[in-house]
Amino acid sequence: MAVWESSAADISPPAVAHAPSWATTVDHKQIGILYIVTSLVFLAVGGLEALVIRAQLWKPDSHLVGPEVFNQMFTMHGTTMIFFVVMPMLFGFGNYLVPLMIGARDMAFPRLNAFSYWMFAFGGAVTYLSFLAGGAPDVGWFAYAPLTEYAFSRGTSTDYWILGILISGIGTLATAVNLVTTILTMRAPGMSLGKVPLFVWMMMFDGILLIFALPPVTAAIIMLLLDRSLGAHFFDTQAGGSAILWQHLFWFFGHPEVYVMALPAFGIISEVVPVFSRKVIFGYESVAAATVAIGVLSMGVWAHHMFTVGMSDALDAIFSGASFLIAVPTGIKMFNWIATIYGGKLVLASPMLFALGFLAMFLIGGLTGIMLAAVPIDWQVSDTYFVVGHFHYVLFGGSLFAIMAAFYYWFPKATGRMMDERLARWQFWLMLAGFNLTFFPMHIAGLLGMPRRIYTYSADRGWTIWNQLSTVGAAMLAVCFAVFFWNLFDSVRRGAPAGDDPWDAWTLEWATTSPPAPYNFEQIPLVRSRRPLWDLKHPEDPDWEHES
Amino acid sequence: MSEAQQGIGHGASACRCLASCWMPLLVLLALGHSSLAQAEDLSVFRPAAQPATSIRDLFNLVLGITGAIFVLVEGVLIYSAVRFRRRPGSTDPEPAQVYGSAPLEVAWTVAPLLIVFVLFLVVVRSVVEAQDGNDDDDGPVLRVQVIGHQWWWEIVYPNDDPRAAFGTANELHVPARTDGKTTRVELELLSADVIHSFWVPRLAGKTDLIPGNTNRMWFDSREPETFYGQCAEFCGTQHANMKLLVVAEEQDDFRRWQENERKPAVDTDSAGRDRFLALGCVNCHTVRGTTARGTVGPDLTHLMARRTLAAGATQNDHDQLRAWIAGPDTIKPGSKMPNMHLSGEDVDLIVGYLESLR
Repeated sequence: MAVWESSAADISPPAVAHAPSWATTVDHKQIGILYIVTSLVFLAVGGLEALVIRAQLWKPDSHLVGPEVFNQMFTMHGTTMIFFVVMPMLFGFGNYLVPLMIGARDMAFPRLNAFSYWMFAFGGAVTYLSFLAGGAPDVGWFAYAPLTEYAFSRGTSTDYWILGILISGIGTLATAVNLVTTILTMRAPGMSLGKVPLFVWMMMFDGILLIFALPPVTAAIIMLLLDRSLGAHFFDTQAGGSAILWQHLFWFFGHPEVYVMALPAFGIISEVVPVFSRKVIFGYESVAAATVAIGVLSMGVWAHHMFTVGMSDALDAIFSGASFLIAVPTGIKMFNWIATIYGGKLVLASPMLFALGFLAMFLIGGLTGIMLAAVPIDWQVSDTYFVVGHFHYVLFGGSLFAIMAAFYYWFPKATGRMMDERLARWQFWLMLAGFNLTFFPMHIAGLLGMPRRIYTYSADRGWTIWNQLSTVGAAMLAVCFAVFFWNLFDSVRRGAPAGDDPWDAWTLEWATTSPPAPYNFEQIPLVRSRRPLWDLKHPEDPDWEHES
Repeated sequence: MSEAQQGIGHGASACRCLASCWMPLLVLLALGHSSLAQAEDLSVFRPAAQPATSIRDLFNLVLGITGAIFVLVEGVLIYSAVRFRRRPGSTDPEPAQVYGSAPLEVAWTVAPLLIVFVLFLVVVRSVVEAQDGNDDDDGPVLRVQVIGHQWWWEIVYPNDDPRAAFGTANELHVPARTDGKTTRVELELLSADVIHSFWVPRLAGKTDLIPGNTNRMWFDSREPETFYGQCAEFCGTQHANMKLLVVAEEQDDFRRWQENERKPAVDTDSAGRDRFLALGCVNCHTVRGTTARGTVGPDLTHLMARRTLAAGATQNDHDQLRAWIAGPDTIKPGSKMPNMHLSGEDVDLIVGYLESLR
């Protein structure tokens, strides 16, 4: 206890935290901010790529960019958003918040943490250097073999993709190990695993999921590299290799990856919804247990991406059933969040607006997910725009809405300033409208037979109006993000001072200054329950009397 | 509540907006539904054969179930968000802290489990139905081989007598139903290069064509009609222009078509033929009855019997054919058919010859 009870004057913060350069920092908060800022840059780039896609599809028989550029755009858009935006953005929040939330001074391995960030940044840079080396990757973010074999993908663009993902994957795995270790070993006294904030709980399972899911795809990528550069034949079907093997290895990672991007988002929602409903989370244990169930089940559903490759009926049925099952724990979370809102006194500040947006939109993504898990329906709609609509409702309506809630919720902690609420509202309504206008029509285009990844279509197919609605929606989203970037930029300079605990919240990060000192806490409040600051503020009715 | 929260009490309007933002979505939904039922050529909601019909029925069922869940959950969510918002300037104490409720939590675990279990059973039944079809239908069977190429479809009608076997491209002809009996069309799906996916939405779901594997799928025939299909798995530069037609025609028409296709080419244009055979065309293309035996590109024996060029990239008429021969890249950028940089005279000769292949 001595450490937390020392006063600030007694503790010399680590020298590196004072270093003028962010390049050498090992402080988890600075690394977290580096992660977030870097992924914001990639968000802008990935968004521009999406705009090129939408511009090309504005009208039938468009010659705006042609097939080569279009294929590069959707490959880079997917790769960027998954590997260089959503995942690192969530890691950024995890890095920043996990030690603060568990009352630790830093991550378990601060130098490894810095290494992780630089691997991510380097991996992203390598992937984008392909533009200077004769062309960006154009084989899709899923990089199906044998299209990615040298015979069908000449030049170096696919090699840049492989190396970029490989390098950033090293960083991702190190972060996963770091998070799990930190959460398991560095919690404040009194904070048992049953008392950590749900965001921390979900970041821990995020790490565990990655530790299981990343090695297979890393192996697959190295095998592909061997095929391409040393003439191995793992996926080379002309020489007896297997085209399906790649899909199994890739989706063994690729499906859990969806939950890697969803679990921290669930964690964010589980923090924001209670605070702004002014209620304790409804059913902490079942939300936590549902996280475990989702983590376990997500490892067993990868082949639902492969219903059209000609597996046996039995395998199709098993993977279909397992996929259906994920709806159960996800539903539990959804119901618990709504039950938390029910009977509360909702403060509709920007974080809560985005959290409500998350709940409303993610539900749609989940329900179309149930449709896709029904094998025969998948035979019709897989690889169509229906799927594009579905997973954008999951990852944009889900993860990205949650990320926005996180920005508005924790920005005051990280900067000591509030973000502008008026701009936040503008952004929220633009985002909600633009998002639905962009992605809802995609379901209809898909049901009308529009496949994904086509750069052009003819006018007689009846897809034009739906594509135009999508493109208008995408333009609205562009404005929405411009508002967001301006709000961030302006609030850092001129935002109203926030104070330590502007939202009257209950978890430990609000017990320190905004922004926190390099060593995080002068004094850790006594942790006897899941909401230590509630206990401090409500000594008449502390939480520990209600927790088992 | 701190000062920061004082300025954000516009809860009421925000919530009304939240509720009203669903209106455009519902309008879109309605528009979408009418659009799906209109005469669109690829709508999965306008099936014309098995198994597409039973898939549509399953889709409607699942749509009903998920739609009910959508209305219910979204309704409770919006109701809660509107009903329990804090009034501006309110200084109420914190609401009652409810830590959970075992009966409720069990209920919303068990109820979805039951729904999911029923869905699973329905899906299993539907899978079996869609895969095997109706066993007591003892109508004739037509077996066809479909081979995916970057970026066109090779269609082979095998026959026990090799001389009666023939191949065509991008156009699959099948007989329509006669005397209430449907023909069961069984496809054997192969790939010559990368993964493709065979998809004609109004007939059946998609099945991938995987190099090194043989996949099978089936559909039955119905009324005479032309169906549109396309490659559904990204297969490289010109994935977008890898389309195909399925032509279901009356038994007699189908028989005549088959007999014509079986014949070697008969042409009346010897000058054009000689030029065609002298140029590089023969390295890739076959014209049965001549020395052209290439297998990389489509068989051109009865080219003019086809409606489209370059796997549906364009109509098969004189102008388009000429443009295609003169510069494939202008019609299908990235196409594997090279620009031969032919002189105008050569183009005329080749086009003249090809147009004689009926």
